[in-house]
Amino acid sequence: MTAVFWKELRDHFSSYRFIILVFMIVIICGAAVYTAAENVRGDVRLNPTDFIFIRVFTTSGDTLPSFLAFISFFGPIIGIIFGFDAINSERTGGTLSRILSQPLFRDSVINGKFLAGFVTIAILMAAIVLGTSVLGIAAIGIRPSSAEVLRIFIFYILTLLYVGFWLGVGVLCSVLFKKTVTSALVPFSIWIFFLVFMSMIAGLIADWQEPIDRYSQPEEEVNHQDIQDKIALVSPVVLYSEASDIVLSPERRTLHGITQARMEVNPELTDFTPVSVRQSLKLTGPHLIVLMALTAICFAASYIRFIKEEIRST
Amino acid sequence: MTVTVVETAELTKVYGETIAVDKLNLKIGEGEVFGFLGPNGAGKTTTILMLLGLTEPTYGEARISGYNTTFEPLNVKRITGYLPENVGFYNDLTARENLRYITRLNSMRRQEATGKIDEALKSVGLMEVADKEVGKFSKGMKQRLGIADVLVKDPKLVILDEPTTGIDPAGVSHVLDVIIGMARNHGITVLLSSHLLNQVQKICDRVGIIAKGKLVAEGSIEKLNTELFTKGQNAVEVQVTELTDGLMNLLRSIVGVTGIDVTGNSLSIFSDRDVKKEVSKAIVESGSLPIQIKTRDYALEEIYMKYFSED
Ligand SMILES: Nc1ncnc2c1ncn2[C@@H]1O[C@H](COP(=O)(O)OP(=O)(O)OP(=O)(O)O)[C@@H](O)[C@H]1O
Ligand SMILES: [Mg+2]
Repeated sequence: MTAVFWKELRDHFSSYRFIILVFMIVIICGAAVYTAAENVRGDVRLNPTDFIFIRVFTTSGDTLPSFLAFISFFGPIIGIIFGFDAINSERTGGTLSRILSQPLFRDSVINGKFLAGFVTIAILMAAIVLGTSVLGIAAIGIRPSSAEVLRIFIFYILTLLYVGFWLGVGVLCSVLFKKTVTSALVPFSIWIFFLVFMSMIAGLIADWQEPIDRYSQPEEEVNHQDIQDKIALVSPVVLYSEASDIVLSPERRTLHGITQARMEVNPELTDFTPVSVRQSLKLTGPHLIVLMALTAICFAASYIRFIKEEIRST
Repeated sequence: MTVTVVETAELTKVYGETIAVDKLNLKIGEGEVFGFLGPNGAGKTTTILMLLGLTEPTYGEARISGYNTTFEPLNVKRITGYLPENVGFYNDLTARENLRYITRLNSMRRQEATGKIDEALKSVGLMEVADKEVGKFSKGMKQRLGIADVLVKDPKLVILDEPTTGIDPAGVSHVLDVIIGMARNHGITVLLSSHLLNQVQKICDRVGIIAKGKLVAEGSIEKLNTELFTKGQNAVEVQVTELTDGLMNLLRSIVGVTGIDVTGNSLSIFSDRDVKKEVSKAIVESGSLPIQIKTRDYALEEIYMKYFSED
């Protein structure tokens, strides 16, 4: 497996897709940090708190979205890009027959490729997060506290798991589909489905379970929202955005987004004093586990499909 | 009897309705060069895939050096070099780097690998382009690199699926020499599939002919020849000075004659035993004179054609 891993890693780092991604990310993160820093400085004057630095990651500008929004958008793309042609490009290139007639288990081909993609992404992400932090420090002139550093680190791990999940989806599709065009389109379609349609579907189901109109009681509204949130959690996109928001926003103390109705039902929610890292982790623990479980499912499916498959060189 | 390297027992592969390989029983001894002959779709590649554990038999089993190919694929792959039908390389790597990757996958030590790579490249005549990207290779060069690729791992058994496709005539004889060299100088067992008979005839100790998944004939070329004789395919070619109806009648009355083809003054007489003497006698008796009489030697091609036209 190590042989496969090192070859793939080398391939990734010399590939065009890697270079293009680095370029894109540098530009985008620079822009995100710039606008965030502008707004954070204004914010601090109005509303001083202990957690200033970390807002570099979550604050959006008038025209540009926040760093977090950028990463949640590009994470899946990066994952899919490093995985979608892992197996089928070797199949069409005729190298798969040659590799699989060497003494190595088939799953180590998948593992080696996944791991190489994962390490590449980990390095890329580390560079992004570090770069953003350094830029942030330079821009707002405040050093992060240790709690903030810890939160940023947890966010990094969380992001890796998320991107790793999409990498797993990409690799699975590269096993399932013979054509790289298909194996690129399918994971992107899945992503767009979760991104766009999942909340619509969740809304529809919630409407059907707990219909509300403008005369509804706050309790009913909250119930409606709870149903919608629970269903939306099926989506890895929602899992990640919720978890990363909790990790990067120390003042968040519930899983659910804070709405007018919820605050009416539960006045405690108006308490915005920051919580400890441990408490935030407790909230996001299930998210992390579910993300890992989803990745494991992709793996299992890839193995099952690939292990006994016939390998013809045409 | 030498050690058996390849052995299949009732090896069968069924795809839906088609029986690609039908109860194949094969035995190949150490150091042998075995030719696997058959028309397109006969089941050659399918058999080879089963020998390498790249697909599972529907029924029966295959063993390489005693290892079951389905349950002990790693042991099989450690000692077997395989050149697929359409061999592919990483186009952005050089020939040497491509081979290096294979040595790594075989957990060979770096130094040993370097020697083997050079040796393999030299033996197929690709030393000058060793550091060129494979993407810039011609089809024939890739095919030759495929043979080098098989050699680097120092195999005990080499399985080549149509190794000479896409190579020019000079290259073909070079490749055939390399293949013979593997067997003669290194004691490697070679199984090669092909539909090019004259090549197989040149280098193989033994051939197996497969048609529609069934092994229809197997043995040395001489053995296949004699088998044909007993099947009523003995042929005598004669040229006579004068061809008369009387002569034809006489010939037809010879015991064992199954058919006569006439072209001008030349006759091909088919029979199920040697009838040369009776034929010469008949010619003289009819008042004609034989100019030439000879038993026709079956080239492998005819054997091959015969089996393929049988159904
Ligand atoms: N995946 C598959 N599904 C269904 N049928 C298949 C499959 N692969 C091969 N076959 C059938 O199995 C038979 C044997 O194919 P095989 O590739 O072994 O032939 P071959 O002897 O190698 O022919 P060629 O000389 O063209 O390479 C053919 O009839 C083919 O159509
Ligand atoms: Mg074939």
